Amino acid sequence: MADFEVPEVTEYPVVPLVKEGAMAHSQPFVAKGEFQQPLGFPGELVDNWKEIAIDKMGELKGKYRSLQVFLDSCVKCGACTDKCHYYLGTADPKNMPVARQDLFRKVYRRYYTFAGKYFPKLVGAEDLTESVLDDWWSYFHQCSECRRCSVYCPYGIDTAEISMAAREVMDSVGKGQKYCNEIIGKVYKIGNNLGLPEAALKDTLEGLEEEVKDDTGLDIKYPCDEKGAEVLLVTPSADFFAEPHVDGLIGYGKVFHQAGISWTTSSYASEAANFGLFIGSYENMRRVSMRIREAALDLGVKRIVFGECGHAWRVAYSFLNTLAGPFDFLDPNYPVPQHVCEFTYDLMQKGALKFDKSANDHRVMTYHDSCNVARASRMGSWPGGQFDIPRALIRAICNNYYDMPPDTIREGTFCCGGGGGLLTDDLMELRVKGSLPRMQALKRVVEDHGVTHLAAICAICKSQFSKIMPYYGFEMDQIISVHQLVGDALVLGTEQ
Amino acid sequence: MSALSVVYALLFYAATVVLIGGLTYKIWQYAKTPAPLKIPTTPAPVTRGGVVMRLAREVVLFESLFKATKWTWIFGWMFHLALLLAFFRHLRYAISPDNPLWPLVSLPVVQTFGKYGGYAMLIGLLGLLGRRVFVDRVRYISAPSDYLMLLMLLGIAGTGMLMTFVSHTDIVALKAFVLGLVRFDWQALPSSPLLVVHLSLVALLMLIFPFSKLLHAPGIFFSPTRNQVDNPRERRHLAPWAAQLETESK
Ligand code: SF4
Ligand code: SF4
Repeated sequence: MADFEVPEVTEYPVVPLVKEGAMAHSQPFVAKGEFQQPLGFPGELVDNWKEIAIDKMGELKGKYRSLQVFLDSCVKCGACTDKCHYYLGTADPKNMPVARQDLFRKVYRRYYTFAGKYFPKLVGAEDLTESVLDDWWSYFHQCSECRRCSVYCPYGIDTAEISMAAREVMDSVGKGQKYCNEIIGKVYKIGNNLGLPEAALKDTLEGLEEEVKDDTGLDIKYPCDEKGAEVLLVTPSADFFAEPHVDGLIGYGKVFHQAGISWTTSSYASEAANFGLFIGSYENMRRVSMRIREAALDLGVKRIVFGECGHAWRVAYSFLNTLAGPFDFLDPNYPVPQHVCEFTYDLMQKGALKFDKSANDHRVMTYHDSCNVARASRMGSWPGGQFDIPRALIRAICNNYYDMPPDTIREGTFCCGGGGGLLTDDLMELRVKGSLPRMQALKRVVEDHGVTHLAAICAICKSQFSKIMPYYGFEMDQIISVHQLVGDALVLGTEQ
Repeated sequence: MSALSVVYALLFYAATVVLIGGLTYKIWQYAKTPAPLKIPTTPAPVTRGGVVMRLAREVVLFESLFKATKWTWIFGWMFHLALLLAFFRHLRYAISPDNPLWPLVSLPVVQTFGKYGGYAMLIGLLGLLGRRVFVDRVRYISAPSDYLMLLMLLGIAGTGMLMTFVSHTDIVALKAFVLGLVRFDWQALPSSPLLVVHLSLVALLMLIFPFSKLLHAPGIFFSPTRNQVDNPRERRHLAPWAAQLETESK
C-alpha cells in the first residue's frame, strides 16, 4: 500500500530515539511561476536570494514581536523535544520543535547577533547556504503549525510562528509551495480552494436540497447568494463536495431550518479556509478575509457564522476583526464571527432544538480537538469553551461518548498530521507518520470502549483522517462531522 | 592598592554598563516591535488581570515547563530559586546597614537558607547538565555555548560554596571593596584566588547576559503567546504597519 514503512502502533506511546536524516527526503512540490505572481511573490528562485532572504528575515523580526522574542529566548531546555507529532512519528531530530526553530535561528544568529557574528561555532550560528535553504524547504514543510509545542515551552515559544516566517522568507525569494499557493490563487480567481465556480456551486446546493427532501420529506433550503438573509454561512468548500464533509453541511441546513433563521452561502466568499495563514503572509490572509467582509456587505446579512474548519476558525475568531473589521454593520447582539457549534449550542441552550439521541445509538463516539480550534481560538465566553461546547453538543445528541487519553485531547491535542498546508499527496509519507500519536490514542478508546467513530470539526482533519486511517487498520468512514451527528439526531418539523 | 583591584574595579563597571545598556536595548527592541495579531496560546485569560496571573504562574512556578517534563522542571526550578536566594544573600555585600533593604537581607531565612541554597543550586545545575549529556534529544540540540553556560554557573556556585564552607575569604574586606565600587571610592580587593575566580565568572555572566539565551528572562514578559488577552472578537488589534495596509488599499 505504501512505499514507506507505516509506524507501528505500540501499546503505550514511546518517544523514539533520534534518527538523523530520517525525513530529509520529504519535500513538497515547488510552485510554478504563474502561481507565485498573483500572490505577489517572484516566479522562481531569484539570483540574489541570499541577500533578499536575510533582509526579509530582518524585516519580519521588526514586524512581529513574536519572532524577535522567540528567536532570542530559547534556552534549549528540551521540554518541547518530545511534543511534536512529526518527531514522534518520524524520529527525525529536525522535527523536534526546537531543532526546527534552530534551522532559522542559526541564520538569525549569524547575521543579526553579536555572538553569532563573532563566535558562530560557539553558539551554533551558520551562514545561509543552499543546503540550509534545502533544510528549510524540507523541515518547514514538516510542521503543521499546530502549536502543540507552544503549550509546553516555558516561554511560550510557538514554532508555528517560526515556520510561517520561514515560509514567508522562502516565498519572498521565489520558492513557494505549490499546494498552498495554487489554492490561494484559486480563491482570488474563483472564490474557493476547490476552484468550484458559481454555477457548479449552485447546482451542488440544489442537488443537496433534493437529496435532503428525499430523506426527510421536508423542503430544507441550502441557499446561495440570497440577499437579505439573516446569516451568512462561510464554510470550507470541502463541505460542498466531499464525504464526510457534506453531511456536516446537511446538518447545518437542518439546524437553520429548524430554528427558523434565514441564511445563505456566498459564491464570492465560498471558502472559509484561509491558506494565507499557512504561508505566514499577512497581506494574503487579509486579502482572503476581505472577501468575507465584502460578501457580508453585499448580501446585507446581520450575522456571520463559520462552518466546521480548524485553521479557518483561527483566522475567523482571532484575526478576522483585525484583518477585515470593524463589523459594526452587523447585529451587535452576536459575536462576530460565530462558530456553527456556538450557534447550535446557543439554540440548544434556549430549548429551540429537540434531539432524538437514539438516532446515534449505532455509534460509539470520541472527539478529536482540532489544533487550531484548541490552541488558537475559543468558543463561547469562557476560556476552554472550544473544548466544552463541541463535547456538550455531542453528549446532547449521542448516548455513547468517550474521550481519548487526557494528554492527547484539549490543549494537549495531537494534530491529525495534515494541517498547516501539508494536506497534499506529495507529503503522504509525512502525513501518515505524523498521525501516529492520534491513531494511537484512537486505538486506545477503540479497544477500551468500543469506539466506532471519531468526530471532528475541521475540513483538513476530516480529509486527512479519511485518507490515513486505512493505513492504521481503520475504515475511512470512521471519521464524521459533528454536524452530521447533529443533523441525524435533530427532530425536524413541528411537533404533533 | 594592587593592580588587580583596579582591574577588577574597572571590569565590574564595564560589566554593569554592558548588562544594563544591553538589557535596556533589548527590552526597548521588544517593546517597540509590534505584535500585529492576537496569538495567545489558548485557552487564555480573557482579562488583563488573568494575564497577570498567567505570567506570574509562568515566572514563579514555571507552569508550562511543569506540564512538559517533571525532571527539567524540578532541576530548573531548584536552580532558579537558589539563584534568587543567593542574590538576596549577596546583597549584604553591596548595601550598608542603614539601607532600607537591610532588614530583608539580614533575615535569617535569607542568610541561612541562602547558605545551604548553594547545594540546591549545584544539584539543579548538575541535573540540567546531566539531561543535556544523557538524553539524546537534548544532546542533539545543544551547542557548545549551552554546556559552557552551565559550566560557568557551576563554577560560580562551586567557588562560592568553597568560600562559604571550606576556605573563608575576608568578607569584611570584600564588603569594603564592593561598597567602594558603589560609592566610587575604590578599596583593595581581598587577595583570594577563589574569590578572583568567582568574581571573574560573575562578571562574565553579566557581560554575556544581553547577547545570549539568558534573554529568556526579559523575553518571557514579552512573549505574545503568554501575555495577550484573549479578546479578538471584542477588539481590533491593529499594528501600525498593518493599519497602513488599510489606507493604501483604499
Ligand atoms: S507547531 Fe506543531 S508541527 Fe510545528 S513544531 Fe510545533 S508541535 Fe510540531
Ligand atoms: S521548550 Fe522552549 S525554551 Fe525549551 S527548547 Fe523548546 S523552544 Fe527552547
